[in-house]
Amino acid sequence: MNPIIKAENLTFSYPGDEETGPVRALDGVSFEIPEGSFTAILGHNGSGKSTLAKLLCMVNFPDSGRLWVAGREITAEDAAEEDILAARRDVGMVFQNPDNQIVATIVEEDVAFGCENLGLPPAEIRRRVDEALADVGMTEFARRQTYNLSGGQKQRVAIAGTIAMDRRCVIFDESTAMLDPVGRREVMEIIERLNRKEGVTVLLITHHMNEAALADRILVMNGGKIYLEGTPEEVFGRPEAMWAAGLDVPQTTELAYKLQKACLDVPLTLFDPASCAKAVADAVTRAKAGAGKEARR
Amino acid sequence: MNAVELDHVSFTYSRNMPGAVPALDDVSLSVKSGGITGLIGHTGSGKSTLVQLLNGLLKPDSGTVLLDGHDIWAEPKKIREIRFKAGLVMQYPEYQLFAETVAEDIAFGPKNMGIGGEELDARVKEAARFAGIGEELLGKSPFDLSGGQKRRAALAGVIAMNPKILILDEPAAGLDPAGRRDILGGVKRFSRESGTTVIIVSHSMEDMAMYCDDVIVMARAKILMHRPTAEVFSEAEQLASVGLDVPLVTRVAAALGELGVDIGRDVYTVDYAVGKILEHIGAAPVNFENVKDAAGKNGTGAAGKAGAEH
Amino acid sequence: MRSDITFGQYVEGDSLIHRLDPRVKILISLVFIVVIFLARSLTAFVLLTAAAVVFVLMTKIPPRLILKAMKPLMFIIVFTAVINIFFMPGDHLIFEFHFIRIYREGIVNACLIVLRIMLLIVATSVFLTYTTTPLALTDALEQLLNPLKKLRVPVHEFSMMMTIALRFIPTLIDETRKIINAQTARGADFTTGSLIQRGRALIPILIPLFISAFRRADELATAMECRCYTGGEGRTRMNSLKSEPKDWAFFCLILALGAGVVLLNRFFPLLNVTI
Repeated sequence: MNPIIKAENLTFSYPGDEETGPVRALDGVSFEIPEGSFTAILGHNGSGKSTLAKLLCMVNFPDSGRLWVAGREITAEDAAEEDILAARRDVGMVFQNPDNQIVATIVEEDVAFGCENLGLPPAEIRRRVDEALADVGMTEFARRQTYNLSGGQKQRVAIAGTIAMDRRCVIFDESTAMLDPVGRREVMEIIERLNRKEGVTVLLITHHMNEAALADRILVMNGGKIYLEGTPEEVFGRPEAMWAAGLDVPQTTELAYKLQKACLDVPLTLFDPASCAKAVADAVTRAKAGAGKEARR
Repeated sequence: MNAVELDHVSFTYSRNMPGAVPALDDVSLSVKSGGITGLIGHTGSGKSTLVQLLNGLLKPDSGTVLLDGHDIWAEPKKIREIRFKAGLVMQYPEYQLFAETVAEDIAFGPKNMGIGGEELDARVKEAARFAGIGEELLGKSPFDLSGGQKRRAALAGVIAMNPKILILDEPAAGLDPAGRRDILGGVKRFSRESGTTVIIVSHSMEDMAMYCDDVIVMARAKILMHRPTAEVFSEAEQLASVGLDVPLVTRVAAALGELGVDIGRDVYTVDYAVGKILEHIGAAPVNFENVKDAAGKNGTGAAGKAGAEH
Repeated sequence: MRSDITFGQYVEGDSLIHRLDPRVKILISLVFIVVIFLARSLTAFVLLTAAAVVFVLMTKIPPRLILKAMKPLMFIIVFTAVINIFFMPGDHLIFEFHFIRIYREGIVNACLIVLRIMLLIVATSVFLTYTTTPLALTDALEQLLNPLKKLRVPVHEFSMMMTIALRFIPTLIDETRKIINAQTARGADFTTGSLIQRGRALIPILIPLFISAFRRADELATAMECRCYTGGEGRTRMNSLKSEPKDWAFFCLILALGAGVVLLNRFFPLLNVTI
């Protein structure tokens, strides 16, 4: 299957100030996002993940390397206007600050904004907006003012906006960072459903380990490069590397890692508390049996 | 000695509007001097209101707020002095930076208190040190700092006022794990070294578990419980009933108890859990102090060149 | 804490007037204003006042609010009244004191002109500000002014600017409040000192506010681009305004009112107003 996003050796530098000179934010990044996949990009602040997001939404363009979005090459600023527009039709973005991406004062008019830009007929827009609002559970808020919504609700409105545009891929750029736990849970549930049920490709940029653990695949960024890559099990299976990159691992992994150091054999990648507890209990039983044998001897 | 006391305090926003619901409903509480107290509750539980009452930004409709045993509204004209005593770091405080240099921004609070000269310099330097702002950053524009540095510069601006109590509203919101450890670690160091009472408002149970001595849980404009951290986390069901989660490791401990490996229900940090498990099998304890930061330091060679994200 | 900010002066409601097509409402207001200026005779004024009272009752807007709308224009009302009473010459002198001469015509004129100003305020508030959201007004204006696009007037851009401004006003008010709180917590003092000192005290508020506004504008621009916004060209609207027969029926009612005013002026002249 063709990847919906393909990056080849991307580099990007910010101008920086006189002392430091240009600051390299991306240093040879290559990856592919297969259609229908759920990929998380993890990285600490300053790892290059926000810079990458800016290239993917075609606000900035790479200094070198090549980038394809939805089958169109968007490498340089002079990429054809219609290529960029076509790519944006297929790949949407949900940003971090819910307040700064809502255009209209009324919920349903904001959801309609993207479709209106596509020039769809009014009846079609109406149908898509109603459907998208139902998808994110915001139907009853359709005529409300966007201003009075909670952070989680605002993000759901933003997601409805991309659903209504019928996109193949949605990039979430730290979309849960400013939300409280309830809002975060609501948004993550919708993101998962979008991928699993609707088959939309999801690219989730985050620094929350438990959100990344839901993905099929994780790219860890550090120092402007892809630092680790693999399934959540593979990536969180290396806690030392994650800590070194200024990141964390789920507490179950940390517990298992520390128990391993103390010679208790508990696997690192059981993220669910019940199975982790089971493994710990088994290890404890084995250790006790071992100790018992030694004592008898 | 209690640093802070609330005596039957109630507060309602736009009280005169029909259907106004109290944001704080007859709340009494006392916070001991010198420790770190966590304040947790879901959005709308009243915790932000409580914070603003402590600092005199809001005035209670009824009841009294006592700071060091004095009613803060005894002399309304002196409320500004109360604000110096109860230093408040608001949510996303980096958005309040305004001065030309970091040092000037940190000096804003103390200057408003009428402090100048050498003492001002000394305070700025000391506050910067506690907040983890290196001296080389003091001459820079605050707008050239990274996100985490900006946050810490804003924290330094409040620490520099030498408050009796330091109140932080969601100090780690939006930061990555290393950034959280930097800022909360700095707050802990500051509290331990200066003996300042600290109140941290947070959504993150993991952070509460790591840094707080006791925890206040708020729900529906009232205080649900106020107890030492370990005891609060042993009440998983009650926390869940008001929409709060316990840390993952606490749930592992509960599951372990059901499997016959009883390490207690008051487990809320990984290190404590490891210690308990090792104790359970009679093995020697292992010290994991700073394993994350140590790994971070080894890795700074690569991460250090990462550069700023804009 | 979220604040409740009412946009403009819109009063929520579901009356016939609330539900009229906002474009037709703009036209109705314009015609009604012309009709008010056409009125000369007391009989015509009585008809218009009766109509205005009926309209207010229809909208179910508390009369208190209508009076509130007149407050800012009180000065003009009083001023015109005084000018008319004292400086309008006529045939029936009723009061004389040195150079001050007050004629019956002056008093009548003053009353009717005050009534006219009040009717103008009622007309605009009943049809526009109180019953139409600013957003609907913006949309309606954009569509009414659409023909001007041919003359290269950036009608869409203006309307988009208005929409975004309306959307961000409460956000920025909230932000201002937060920054004031934050700086107050650091001991900033905005209420005492000389004017210059107070002006200087605003710097710690204005700088963060400007920086935040620019950051928001920048992020919003990116978000809009990512949602395929390329300007007004080729854009459709979900809620394209549709006028129904009832809209035009109401419009005709206002025209009829105008005809009535003209007839009353002509055939039942009573205490005619000049100007």
